[in-house]
Amino acid sequence: MAVLLGEDGARGWRLLTAEQRRWRWFAWLALVAVTVLSWRVMTQDTIWAFVSDAPRQAQDIFGRMLPPRWSYMDRLWQPLWDTINIATLGTLIAIVIATPLAFLAARNTTPSALFVRPVVLFIIVASRSINALIWGLLLVAVLGPGVLAGIIAIALRSIGFIGKLLYEAIEEIDETQVEAIRATGAHPAQVMSYGIWPQILPAFATIAVFRWDINIRESTVLGLVGAGGLGLALESSLNTLAWPQVSLILLIILGTVVLSEWLTARVRKAII
Amino acid sequence: MDTQLAAPAGPRLWTRPRLIKRAWLRWAIVLGAGLYLVLAIGSVDVNWARVSEGIVRAARLFSGFLQPDFTSRWSDIQQGLIESLTMTVCATVFGVILALPIGLGAARNVAPAWLYGICRAIIAVARAFQEIIVAILFVAMFGFGTFAGFLTLSLSTIGFLSKLIADDIEEIDESQVEAIRSTGGGFWQVVDYAVASQVMPRLAGLIAYKFDINFRESSVIGIVGAGGIGATLNTALDRYEFDSAAAILLIIIGIVMLCEYASGWIRKRMA
Repeated sequence: MAVLLGEDGARGWRLLTAEQRRWRWFAWLALVAVTVLSWRVMTQDTIWAFVSDAPRQAQDIFGRMLPPRWSYMDRLWQPLWDTINIATLGTLIAIVIATPLAFLAARNTTPSALFVRPVVLFIIVASRSINALIWGLLLVAVLGPGVLAGIIAIALRSIGFIGKLLYEAIEEIDETQVEAIRATGAHPAQVMSYGIWPQILPAFATIAVFRWDINIRESTVLGLVGAGGLGLALESSLNTLAWPQVSLILLIILGTVVLSEWLTARVRKAII
Repeated sequence: MDTQLAAPAGPRLWTRPRLIKRAWLRWAIVLGAGLYLVLAIGSVDVNWARVSEGIVRAARLFSGFLQPDFTSRWSDIQQGLIESLTMTVCATVFGVILALPIGLGAARNVAPAWLYGICRAIIAVARAFQEIIVAILFVAMFGFGTFAGFLTLSLSTIGFLSKLIADDIEEIDESQVEAIRSTGGGFWQVVDYAVASQVMPRLAGLIAYKFDINFRESSVIGIVGAGGIGATLNTALDRYEFDSAAAILLIIIGIVMLCEYASGWIRKRMA
């Protein structure tokens, strides 16, 4: 904040000092410059005829999409079931792998903060920074197309997510309870089971359900790279330009996502 | 105290409380989950011949990671990276510019009811589908390339930021608004001095976070033709050039980590 003295001695008030304002001005200038530069580089290969044609294209596509081909639904039950399985089994595998990793990564339970913790943290970061679709691309190249590639892709992506949130939860537990159990002469496994686990159980359940919800969303599109589920049907409908089928699939995806969100909200309410 | 204490009836057992208290519900959930698992695992058909073939490929992929090949496809990688980064910058800036008024309009305590309805509807539409599906539609409308990707990321930025801005504005301290209003401040002065100053610190962090997410997404939407490093990665994998693919993945991981640390730093400073 800055108080200014005018020529007539009247006092004025401003939010920022002159120097702060100068800095902000330069920061804004830099931002504008970077944006303009990015825009020019980005659009140098853009064919503007296509862009100006877009409203007509959009009208055309939506015209073809409506009405959805409801009879195609018969062939969507299997992909829908696959999609749910990919999300659920992937989440389960991720939980099984991420839980021990989280205990190894948490500062208060790790066996070695010097050697084990950094390695586990790197695993968590690497898993988190690669999108499920990219994991899917890799796994389809390795394992061939199918549900299995989808499950593993979802699992690999979720390990980092669950691991990170869980180890943060473990680091926030109340140590006095752990000490109380230890003081009764409990074995380390018993300390884990009676001192630590009950404290993180609600967080654990919330994280698992939250990730399952995200995984349902991601598994609906994993098929685009060949990893099974609704995305596979979407891809084949897109390739044959069967827009009425595309719109039906999009409706199913939307319905599944809304349903899973509702379910997640219910479970969360029950837990908290 | 009761003087006539009964003889202790053996050692007392303690069982810890369960997460789900009702026994029938607990067993129903366990049984249902077990049944589902059997059905689900049964329906996963795995082509084991193809998987065992894949193990050789996995070994090649892994050795590719140990010896990533940055050089032989460098011009493609560079092009992809530039596309991804410029797309991210433009989409974040453009998205923020649009998200600010929409977020302001979607806050119940600032906007009139009709505007609130419109803005919440815009947010719901923008958040309905994942980026990749939006990208497919935009590629069909606007043609292949970065422009479709730019629009996709802008839309997702609008959906993400408007909602968070609106929710933040709804939680501000009303007394500050009243203080500015009582000095005779108009609508925009209230927004500038009472609303913005309360929302701004968290907002800056959120924008940095969204920039980070946008870069990650820009590495994916290339798979469906919306430009960026994802397209380069897809090509490399289609050609089974695992060493180039590994190089691209390592670059993506590196930039994502950089963005994550930067956005974490900004959030810490702003908070």
